[in-house]
Amino acid sequence: MKNKLQIDIPNELDGIGRLEPFQGAFTKLKKGWMEEETVPPPNKAKMPHASKMCANLKEAILKTKPYNGMTISFHHHLRGGDNLVYEAVKILADLGIKDITLAASSLTTAHDPILPYFKDGTITQVYASGVRGELGKAVAQGALEKPLVIHSHGGRVRSVHTGKIKIDLAILAASAADEEGNATGSHGPSAFGSMGYAAIDSWYARQVIVVTDNIVDYPCVPQSITQNYIDYVVKVDSIGDPSKIAGGTTRITRAPMDLQIARLAAQVIEKSGELKDGFSFQVGAGGASLAVAKYIRKIMKQRSIKGSFLLGGVTSYGVVMLNEGLFRSIFDVQSFDAAVSSSLLNNTYHIEIPAGLYANPFNCGCMTNKLDVVVLGALEIDTNFNVNVITGSEGYVRGASGGHSDTASGANLTVVVCPSFRGRIPIVKEKVHTVVTPGESIDVLVTERGICVNPARPELKANLEAGGIKVKDIKDLAVEVEKITGKAKPIETTDRIVGIVEYRDGTVIDVIRQVAE
Amino acid sequence: MNLKVKAQAGSFESSDVLIMIEPVESGSGRIIELKSIVMQQFGDDLLAQIHADLDNFDVRDVRVIVNDKGALPPTVSARLETALKRSAQVQSGTLS
Repeated sequence: MKNKLQIDIPNELDGIGRLEPFQGAFTKLKKGWMEEETVPPPNKAKMPHASKMCANLKEAILKTKPYNGMTISFHHHLRGGDNLVYEAVKILADLGIKDITLAASSLTTAHDPILPYFKDGTITQVYASGVRGELGKAVAQGALEKPLVIHSHGGRVRSVHTGKIKIDLAILAASAADEEGNATGSHGPSAFGSMGYAAIDSWYARQVIVVTDNIVDYPCVPQSITQNYIDYVVKVDSIGDPSKIAGGTTRITRAPMDLQIARLAAQVIEKSGELKDGFSFQVGAGGASLAVAKYIRKIMKQRSIKGSFLLGGVTSYGVVMLNEGLFRSIFDVQSFDAAVSSSLLNNTYHIEIPAGLYANPFNCGCMTNKLDVVVLGALEIDTNFNVNVITGSEGYVRGASGGHSDTASGANLTVVVCPSFRGRIPIVKEKVHTVVTPGESIDVLVTERGICVNPARPELKANLEAGGIKVKDIKDLAVEVEKITGKAKPIETTDRIVGIVEYRDGTVIDVIRQVAE
Repeated sequence: MNLKVKAQAGSFESSDVLIMIEPVESGSGRIIELKSIVMQQFGDDLLAQIHADLDNFDVRDVRVIVNDKGALPPTVSARLETALKRSAQVQSGTLS
């Protein structure tokens, strides 16, 4: 069965079940409701004044009575400093638990240590927004028994609501928590900011353990996670590497090419007509994306423009813009650097939001729907503007869907910034290895070698040209790039499907095949 | 081109290539050791390009060690040419 992008999607896949092909960004949403049934959250009971405290993580895990075939979940707010996933998986593996589905909101290189458990049958399936490092390589090489499911941040919430992800045990790290499990990431020695992705796990998991290195006197405020969902609380010496969890601010790139791309992107945003009083804005944290904020800030100051809200993954640069009064508020589902935590704690207009409010397509209006401008990166983009942010040039999984497709579908103006080629690898090309975000959601591509407007947006092209910006046909740009780099041989794969990429509405936009080696 | 000494050109930086040239006995042919971070995508192209460039300089017997970090074709040719000229000691003023 072919989906709307003419990509072959099997009707059914072992380990997942029936697959529904992608039909277009809004085909399912236009109906106004979700057809899939939702599962009820569990109803639990506790006796008054019963203690939830456990001596250690192992004791807490034992109390939840783990079993073969269970699904465990984690959030990835500890960024590169996370050690909790490894600790928990190791405990389960040592108990002899097999066939675990790992449903983390995302996996990073910090999770490389769990690789042996992919190979010995402890973990047999992964649901995540992204997988990187050794794990991503292993998945592409076929290490997991069942296919990886990549979802967007909004799509993950939908999957929990429908029971596609049925969490048996959620283990949620917090930088501060009290004995009842009220918890936050906004203060404490390992403060990491928003706990936006963890909220849905706390509401829907059959059992929930809060793990913290910092027990505070009752009550823990603010209550990012509330006690009525929490079964057990564990105080540990360490939830990971605090220098990587709570360290540093995100710096804006100094790479000349990224800065040039960012400068061009800011001009595009200015001339698009979207940069006006009350506009809302989101940028990614990587390379050129965040650098766009620097130039937008300058333009906003020059023209005395005041924005409405900043959304998403929040960096300390966003906090600077909030404090300067350039935006009225920040909605923070994930803090990209720890310098954000104090603002989240102290500024009433810096608001923590759960992933469902951020980006779930099936509710009465997630915040990405109200976005005016979003700036996103790309590992590859094809001549139909389809974007790959998940597989690298070797075919390994090395990225994250994140909020890419969520924000791209919601924003009035979706700008993709990337170099036209990296090293010798073409980025703008005829066909990408894996589609995560459909081209219909992308309005304009900005590279160092040219700016390309989606032909579906002629009015945007007219605005840019009226503003003195030269626009290039994306097909011409792809040809130009190929002349420079040469024609890359496509990645060789086997027929075996090792992963699927879900669009935010739950349909399948692409599959990931095992690399041939 | 008459190769005389071991020589190298380039660097092991991203988007560059490090090329080492070693003269070998006449009649031993070309020994090309190619490593590249884009081996899968451009390995064949790189090898063909190196052979073509060696043809141009009429080098039949040589050991070439190529360590490529994603250099573009003109970079590869320039690095190879410089390494060859340093080996043949025909380019004054460059490091040998």
